[in-house]
Amino acid sequence: MKTSRLFFACILAVIGWPVIAEEIGDAERGKEVFNQCSGCHEVGRGAENGIGPHLNRIFGRRAGSVGDDYRYSKGLKRAGNDGLEWHLDTLDAYIENPKALVSGTRMSFRGIKKPQDRADVLAYLRVYSDNPQNIPEADPTALPPEVDLPDEILAMVGDPAYGEYLSSECKICHQADGNDEGIPSITNWPEDDFVVAMHAYKRKLRPHPVMQMMAGRLSDEEIAALAAYFAEIE
Amino acid sequence: MTLNRRAFIGTGAAAAAMLSAPRLGAQGKPRVVVVGGGAGGATAARYLAKDSDGAIDVTLVEPTRAYYTCFFSNLYIGGFRDLSSIGHSYGTLASDYGVNVVHDWAVGIDRDAKTVTLAGGAVLPYDRLILSPGIDFVEDAVPGWSVAAQNKMPHAYKAGSQTELLKAQIEAMPEGGLYAMVAPPNPYRCPPGPYERVSMVAHLLKEINPTAKILIADPKAKFSKMALFQEGWQKHYGGMIDWIGPDFGGGNVSVNPEEMTLDIDGAVENVDVCNVIAAQKAGRICDMAGITEGNWAPVVPATMQSRMDENIHVLGDSTNQGDMPKSGYSANSQAKVAAMAIRGALTGSRVFPAKFSNTCWSLIDTDDGVKVGASYQATDEKIAKVDGFISQTGEDEALRKATYEESLGWYAGITEDMFG
Repeated sequence: MKTSRLFFACILAVIGWPVIAEEIGDAERGKEVFNQCSGCHEVGRGAENGIGPHLNRIFGRRAGSVGDDYRYSKGLKRAGNDGLEWHLDTLDAYIENPKALVSGTRMSFRGIKKPQDRADVLAYLRVYSDNPQNIPEADPTALPPEVDLPDEILAMVGDPAYGEYLSSECKICHQADGNDEGIPSITNWPEDDFVVAMHAYKRKLRPHPVMQMMAGRLSDEEIAALAAYFAEIE
Repeated sequence: MTLNRRAFIGTGAAAAAMLSAPRLGAQGKPRVVVVGGGAGGATAARYLAKDSDGAIDVTLVEPTRAYYTCFFSNLYIGGFRDLSSIGHSYGTLASDYGVNVVHDWAVGIDRDAKTVTLAGGAVLPYDRLILSPGIDFVEDAVPGWSVAAQNKMPHAYKAGSQTELLKAQIEAMPEGGLYAMVAPPNPYRCPPGPYERVSMVAHLLKEINPTAKILIADPKAKFSKMALFQEGWQKHYGGMIDWIGPDFGGGNVSVNPEEMTLDIDGAVENVDVCNVIAAQKAGRICDMAGITEGNWAPVVPATMQSRMDENIHVLGDSTNQGDMPKSGYSANSQAKVAAMAIRGALTGSRVFPAKFSNTCWSLIDTDDGVKVGASYQATDEKIAKVDGFISQTGEDEALRKATYEESLGWYAGITEDMFG
């Protein structure tokens, strides 16, 4: 069972497409990939919280919700309160680059860059969630969206003067002095992390409705402009 | 804070007309005068001064030295904030940003000469004028009520002494007494404001006078966040709040401040507190400037310029701009667009496409916060909504608590953005 290959179906009933079974990845290979994670996370029978929380039944779980005995970062707790749940798409984004999805997470991990490795390790974790043989019903997530930003977006050089104007909208809520009570601080935020975070909101991978709205109408150039401005004031 | 404002404006205008005061303002630099130091005016003054690095001479005219924000004043009524925590001064705008802060009333505008006359007699010349005076009340909108009756029947819709008075009246209600609110017709300042207020009054009464009742007479069949408030009232204050919409005569009211009675469609109620929030219009100075059409001042969306005078920009509650609600957040957002446009016109700095947004948080009970928001863009005819969101009924407690905490962060953020 735990070494079987796993499948999930993406049901596009709305537009009348036939049911397509989509492979997440190779769980057996994923067990090897998980060696990068096992220093902090346990999964499987008897798994307990360690440096990181245990990962049993991670699919469908609200972020930051493993009992009272695990102390999450403020950022992860906040993301959970905002409605972040762990599904294929959000987990894929998180393990690709934890900070892209959750600013201030204590998960100090450079991320798994290869899409196949992520698919395999998620297939492995999926074994330890409910009803793995019945995946579409247990966790009917969409296909993982493309979370890798194309190089041309990452390489975009923004206009800092435009960024300064756009940033005035951020400062209605995010305090200029860096205080983070209630609303996260955005001062001293590394430029690359900022860019991926904005794109994660724009694609609604990050859960917060205000930020989804704000980022949702920013063009790639405008995100680059904001990043250029924030980089300038560091 | 706003006591006898009309009377004061009247005498001030007469006095000013008799004086010929010297012109103020530094020579050589373009001059911007900002009238009104709230979310629109203070933000505009700060951004103009900050971003022009001294190239523009900015004067802010605001009568009060201690400014109390209307947003969060309901939380003071509910006991979640003390009054001093929503009071702000203009010291930093003057000392750190070089804004000339003048504590006086603007009592006249000469659009041909491009000058603002103050009650104290000074005449301020401008190249661009920003009017951000907030709201005034439409006379005779609620028969029997006028601003002269605001000590008997407070509106508490300009924060400060009115808010203190209303809270004191609620605290002095007899056991099992009645608090009534006359809610305003659209459009008005802060669409969820009256209903957040009712929530906060209920919270206070539940603690100090749990058998007291709340009655709302409302001319509107629907109001902002209606489902969220009604769910919350049921959950936290079951049986205490009675809302009378227009189908049951809520739009046909009159009051008698001497007798402390409220007449709803012919049925006369004795009330212990009567919070009259009358129909609203642009702050009076907009009328004096001759830039209103009906009750509000129409503006060009991309720059917030008056449609009547390109040298005047109007911000916030006084404007007729399109889809944005009248809120502090909206005024702050509009101020940044106007400041950019003015800098572009006066100093040749770059001008970018206008972007607007708004979010309104409301507190229903302890740790039970909700929000509504939208983003907007400028079209030729109006500021048009692009996208929006609203809290959902049935949300879990952790999310509601996080939403409330977020509003605290927003309050700190926007007041820092306004006052430095």
